[in-house]
Amino acid sequence: MSIALDTPRAATRQRLATPGQIVLASAIALFLALFLVVPVVTVVYVAFTEKGSGAFTLINFADFARTDLFITSFWNSMYVSLMTVALASVFALPLAYLTTRFEFRGAGVIQALGFVPLIMPPFAGAIAMQLLFGRNGSINLLLDDAFGFKIPFMEGLNGVIFTQAVHFFPFILINLSTSLRNIDRSMEEAAQNLGSQGFRLFRRIVFPLAMPGYIAGASLVFVKVFDDLATPLLLNVKDMLAPQAYLRITSIGIADPMGYVISVVLIVVSVAAIGLSAWTMRGRDYATVQRGGGGLAQRKLKPWESAIAYGVVVLILVLVLAPHVGLFLLSIATVWSFSELPDGYTFAHYARVFVESGVFIKNTLLYASLAGLIDVVLGVAIAYLVLRTRLPGRQWLDWTASAALAIPGVVLGIGYLRTFYGVKLPDGTSLASFWIIIVLALAIRRLPYALRSCYAALQQVAPALEEAAESLGATKYRTVRRIVVPLMMGGILAGFVTSFATAAVELSATLMLVQNTSDAPLAYGLYVFMQSPAGRGPGAALGIIAVLLVAVCTLLSNWVIERNQSKRSGK
Amino acid sequence: MTVMAQRETTSVLPPTGIGPKTAGIEIRNVNLSYGTNHVLKNVSLSIKPGEFFAFLGPSGCGKTTLLRLIAGFNQADTGEVLLGNEDIARLPPWKRDVGMVFQSYALWPHMTVARNVAFGLEERKVPRAVIAEKVKAALGLVGLENLAGRYPSQLSGGQQQRVAVARTIAVEPKVLLLDEPLSNLDAKMRVQVRRELRDLQRRLGLTTVFVTHDQEEANSICDRIAVMNDGTIQQVGTPMELYERPASLFVANFLGTANILDGAVSGSGDARVFEVAGGGSVEVPAVAVIPAGAKLVFRPQHVRLKAPGEAGLSGQILNREFLGANVRYGVRLGVSEVLVEAAFESAAGLRAIGDTVSMAIAPERAAFLAH
Repeated sequence: MSIALDTPRAATRQRLATPGQIVLASAIALFLALFLVVPVVTVVYVAFTEKGSGAFTLINFADFARTDLFITSFWNSMYVSLMTVALASVFALPLAYLTTRFEFRGAGVIQALGFVPLIMPPFAGAIAMQLLFGRNGSINLLLDDAFGFKIPFMEGLNGVIFTQAVHFFPFILINLSTSLRNIDRSMEEAAQNLGSQGFRLFRRIVFPLAMPGYIAGASLVFVKVFDDLATPLLLNVKDMLAPQAYLRITSIGIADPMGYVISVVLIVVSVAAIGLSAWTMRGRDYATVQRGGGGLAQRKLKPWESAIAYGVVVLILVLVLAPHVGLFLLSIATVWSFSELPDGYTFAHYARVFVESGVFIKNTLLYASLAGLIDVVLGVAIAYLVLRTRLPGRQWLDWTASAALAIPGVVLGIGYLRTFYGVKLPDGTSLASFWIIIVLALAIRRLPYALRSCYAALQQVAPALEEAAESLGATKYRTVRRIVVPLMMGGILAGFVTSFATAAVELSATLMLVQNTSDAPLAYGLYVFMQSPAGRGPGAALGIIAVLLVAVCTLLSNWVIERNQSKRSGK
Repeated sequence: MTVMAQRETTSVLPPTGIGPKTAGIEIRNVNLSYGTNHVLKNVSLSIKPGEFFAFLGPSGCGKTTLLRLIAGFNQADTGEVLLGNEDIARLPPWKRDVGMVFQSYALWPHMTVARNVAFGLEERKVPRAVIAEKVKAALGLVGLENLAGRYPSQLSGGQQQRVAVARTIAVEPKVLLLDEPLSNLDAKMRVQVRRELRDLQRRLGLTTVFVTHDQEEANSICDRIAVMNDGTIQQVGTPMELYERPASLFVANFLGTANILDGAVSGSGDARVFEVAGGGSVEVPAVAVIPAGAKLVFRPQHVRLKAPGEAGLSGQILNREFLGANVRYGVRLGVSEVLVEAAFESAAGLRAIGDTVSMAIAPERAAFLAH
């Protein structure tokens, strides 16, 4: 009897994976291969082969290096990305430091407001920024009247830097705030106890401990800006790398090798930036909130310190929220040109947008929800396979999915065009022009973020909870459905919202893939509107709708998550 | 019970290379409140130079608050804190010359062991060559010279604890404060590290305050203990004094095991007896001072079981625990249970559960405490 009982148990212990797990892992691997690996490899392959013959060559790269426009574009992209990181740091550092390390009334509101720029497409903000900060924008008109000079906030590359910094600084704010909040008070007290205080204490203890968060945020901003296509295009800056790649493919054609060479350069720089930040941070995962530690120390501000601090915070918030205000004004303006404020107000743009652009809104909701859904399904499956099974090679699923982080949208777009152009659907049209392809591109681009959320959620589910279900008779599948997924719900929803919200305003990959206006999402429609001066009003109205859409969905899901959590904790 | 685990150590020691200018601590009438929560209630205390002193009490008694007050991380509402002859109550932490080892160790993860230990000396603008020397000496004292280049995350818990101590004594503070320094170690390391701490303290002759909720730790390494409860100091004394002559029911209960019986005194002069509620009586020594409403307090090992029928407090055995060298009986007396501890001789000599026994309490070892 005991032998009969022991044998199957020993057998399961030795088996590395169940057939179900193998099928699941294979399906995910196939998906990632088709829609991430093959397109990217195709792009790299084309860059390194001779047009026509298919022989290996470096001639395309030599051409790249010989062309002044590309070299200028490369250095412009570098310069813009680095300056954006610098300017974004100037916005983020005071906000993060003041709201985490001090008793600061309204810290929560400030952190929330600091997140707002992320939910607006940066290129939508760009037009508003022109009207507020441009050569003949509100601020410069006021400056000119009062002091007789203007500041070139928005001239050429300055405009890209300013717009991108306003849009992307929340990445630094969020990461840095988390790091600062995680510094246990005993870390500072130990230094004080040994004779350190004031700025020296900040420089020697607080700042180095917050460094990992800062680097994580800064490298993300660098990569995002380096890869961004829509913002420079909309500000009419063409001598940067991503716009060059786009222009080569759209104006010369899908066969021109330069678009592919530029794509490879974009990938290499992105990978290098991410690698460099990982290398600087290796072994520096400081979790300093520890057993017996004292938690977070928040210092009280003296009245005069408080006054300065609030002054700084308000100034930064006004600056970074200006695009929203500007966009709103533009959306209800009759005419706004060469004046501090619009000449008159009207709701006609909204009426026009609702009549003409209903399809954009519908498409956006459809694409972003589908992308978000694909992401959380893949995210949960990969997280489960990696954390809960012993399937050989399971880490590769994670690594491949996460590699999407380093693939610029424009590169993925080019890769999809090249790979799927020749694939014909039953009705004779190309797969590359089918709207599903846009959804897949969005899903692949957002997968790394959704995956992190799912990992975090699954790590918080104790394996004993699953074992309890299994010992009570639930199969693996039923355990996942009845125990694991419900317990992960908060993380899954968070992952869905991140994917949904960012996919709703994404343009880099979509710009390449939209073949038919009736398939276009909101961001694309916005971009088309913004091309002509007459379209700015409706474009702004569409932008406001996009912001509201994302904001409402985010709030809604936050509400669901919180209700879920409070129900579980029994409050 | 290892209540008497005090280990006396005397040894001829080599020079340490670290020469603290130690001082005593005087705390006078200190009060501290967080809002309506009165955390320290009129606390006064005197710690002699070179003494190894413990704040002992249950969690929430105010012991860590009092320690952080000495370090300068808490400010008293009223009262004085003197270090030597200097009132330090208004000084910020970084001007106090009070070394503190944190419960979490608070080693900075971005610095090596050597850089951690050098930190305080650098802040004091000590010349580089001297810093190198003192870092070496401090690490030598805790036996970690060879780990100077490691990062804290590469060390075991015990090693981290020693680095935290080295970092603190490197600046040669006037006093050393230890906030539950053993709580993050496993049981075996705890015994070893506490001996090391004791030896180190002896070598340096450094006034040391040790916060703990573990009476065994306090008893085994400290010269004197202040037992705290609810923001007040209950009693100060050597471990033996506290055990033998507890001043309150709280101290009697908190240190070791005590039987506490209700009752009343009757008779007068030399003929006083304590009538135990539930039956029986105990002679009262002529010299005993008995406050009104006092209860009878005695340790389980100060009761003897006698043959049934002999004079004494009569009760029935409820339970029996075999502890190795001793056997502990729970005996019902009226409505209370009296714990009786007897040396274990042989299984045959044990009393059985349900037996009726007679108990004799040694009156000279008993105390009469009202609160």
